[in-house]
Amino acid sequence: MMEKCYFKLVLAGHIDHGKSTLLGRLLFETKSLPKQKITEIKTASKALGKDMDFAFLTDQLKEERENQMTLDTAQVFFRSRARNYAIIDAPGHVELIKNMITGASQAQAAILVIDVPEGMKEQTTRHASIIGLLGIKQLIVILNKMDLADYKKQPFKEVKDKILDFLAGLNIKPAAVIPVCARSGANVSRKSSLMRWYKGPCLLKALNSLRLKNPGNKKPLRFPAQDIYEINGERIIAGKVVSGVLKCGQKITLLPSLLEAKISAIKIFGESPKKAEAGKNIGIILSEPLPIKRGDIIVDKSSGVRLNDRFKGEVFWWSKEPLRINERVDLRCASQQVRCVIEKIKKRIDPSTLEVIEKNAAGLKINETGMVVIKTETPIVVEKFDFIEDLGRFVLERNFNPEGAGIIT
Amino acid sequence: MREEETLDYLNELENKTIYIIREAYSRFRNTALLWSMGKDSTTLLWITRKAFFGHIPFPVIHIDTGFKFREIYAFRDRYAKEWGLDLIISNNAAALQAGVHPEKGKFRCCHALKTEALKNSIASYKFKALLLAIRRDEHGIRAKERYFSPRDNGFKWNYQKQPVEIWDLYQSKLNSEEHFRIHPLLHWTELDIWKYIQREKIPVVPLYFAKNGLRYRSIGCQDCCSPVNSRADTIRKIISELKNTDVAERSGRAQDKEDAYTMQKLRSLGYM
Repeated sequence: MMEKCYFKLVLAGHIDHGKSTLLGRLLFETKSLPKQKITEIKTASKALGKDMDFAFLTDQLKEERENQMTLDTAQVFFRSRARNYAIIDAPGHVELIKNMITGASQAQAAILVIDVPEGMKEQTTRHASIIGLLGIKQLIVILNKMDLADYKKQPFKEVKDKILDFLAGLNIKPAAVIPVCARSGANVSRKSSLMRWYKGPCLLKALNSLRLKNPGNKKPLRFPAQDIYEINGERIIAGKVVSGVLKCGQKITLLPSLLEAKISAIKIFGESPKKAEAGKNIGIILSEPLPIKRGDIIVDKSSGVRLNDRFKGEVFWWSKEPLRINERVDLRCASQQVRCVIEKIKKRIDPSTLEVIEKNAAGLKINETGMVVIKTETPIVVEKFDFIEDLGRFVLERNFNPEGAGIIT
Repeated sequence: MREEETLDYLNELENKTIYIIREAYSRFRNTALLWSMGKDSTTLLWITRKAFFGHIPFPVIHIDTGFKFREIYAFRDRYAKEWGLDLIISNNAAALQAGVHPEKGKFRCCHALKTEALKNSIASYKFKALLLAIRRDEHGIRAKERYFSPRDNGFKWNYQKQPVEIWDLYQSKLNSEEHFRIHPLLHWTELDIWKYIQREKIPVVPLYFAKNGLRYRSIGCQDCCSPVNSRADTIRKIISELKNTDVAERSGRAQDKEDAYTMQKLRSLGYM
């Protein structure tokens, strides 16, 4: 979905590599911190016998502060001269991957933080894989704790080469790889004189160069019905235009029934629009009283969309209970919901190494990804994720609990 | 920031909120909205009216502690009528009778007069989803919230075991003993709310505007809110004040400060 002025970033990386500290530093340097918050952090740090710990900004839970570990995702806002940011801090522990996914799925770009002396760790690479799987293509790599490497080029270069190599396997080319000391602020909002050998941008400059997503107005119309309201004798179909532009008078086809009608009115409270672009949540009134329900998809009459009951996807599974092939689970994609089975797991992959654990596997275990073939009980409208995101991503539920998610490839 | 860009981004915030409100109602017809008459829940109410084309198909609840400002009650009565709301006023009469009062401990008072009152009202009306106007930037604990946040029958927020919430595919079903807190304004900031109030001309309680050098940035019970120094007596001035302030929004709210983790304790027991 389009997002113009809040640029959403997720901070990812291994536990203790300094994500929350980097975030605190960014807020501090962009003067996004109220005085009172600084005092509050100082007091809470002191109570635990520590110097001012920037991580306490997002680590607000008592347990987080006492154990010095982020447990759940949080979001904070900061403003640079160029634009506003919402930064999503995600936990780095393997047990907390679910919270990391929650945070990361809302982001348009990612910052991957790596401790230079320690180098790449399990969560560094697992997070990078999940970022790739969530369809986030823009990434900045921060090599942190340069103070512990005496601000030298050599240790930086060694880790940089390794991470670039790993990211290449995910088809991700980072926008920048930056040597940083989050604790002191080196290369965060301005270039540090301690690392003159580094010729690239500081973090803030690199952030400002990231691009916003295209809203998708030029793509074909897809309008999934979210709900139907009867108001003052009118039947209003509510929903979000996920791609294309919907116009008054336009001839449409309703899927899966293939029935046809015209758009007689577009409803937005207090307005009488003639068209609605991608991202808009509207109501529509059809020229014919067609039978319609949540999950039906409205498309342009001439667009010839196909219904599908078998498609390929890439799935990440986060439940302790493994996903077995031919087990019935619920698939939700936009407002559609159907029963389905995973017919085939062509490859079972460890996302922290990208190693193929098994071909033609019988199941997926916790924190594994799979290249799969999905067969739904009734046909639905899906698109490749790269083409129409909202119809190219899905969640898998068992007993109404989301246990895995994926994108259509 | 250019003006048209501002409008664009407020539209985006609003659209996401409408989507979430409609999603909640689509999944749980038995929904209600919590309205405290503060700027945030009034904004949520405003957007909910837009989401349902002027006809909110569920009740609006005011949790009345009995200690609110006079101006708040006047505002409630005026707009409940003007907007044709199905208003439920809910309180914890037993606790009030037992003499619960802010001076006898903020934690106990907030818990009894707000959380317990809410619990009673959910029990009697069997609501499955409650719309609340909390925002991530208000308080660090609220930053951890989900858009769809399940609560068990004891009302507890299990912040250690929150469900995965991926893209806009929010969790849709519950065990029978649970209800969902729905937070459609989670992604808004204080400044966004005021810019939106300005754009939409949403009415707000006059306590927000400066009088004799003081104004309230956050309103609630009379005993537990203190005003901040301010000359902002119009929305335009409030916006410009917020762009330059280094005082936190809830700095005048006593319950946040009794101890560093009071909000965590209150919220884990079901506080808003």
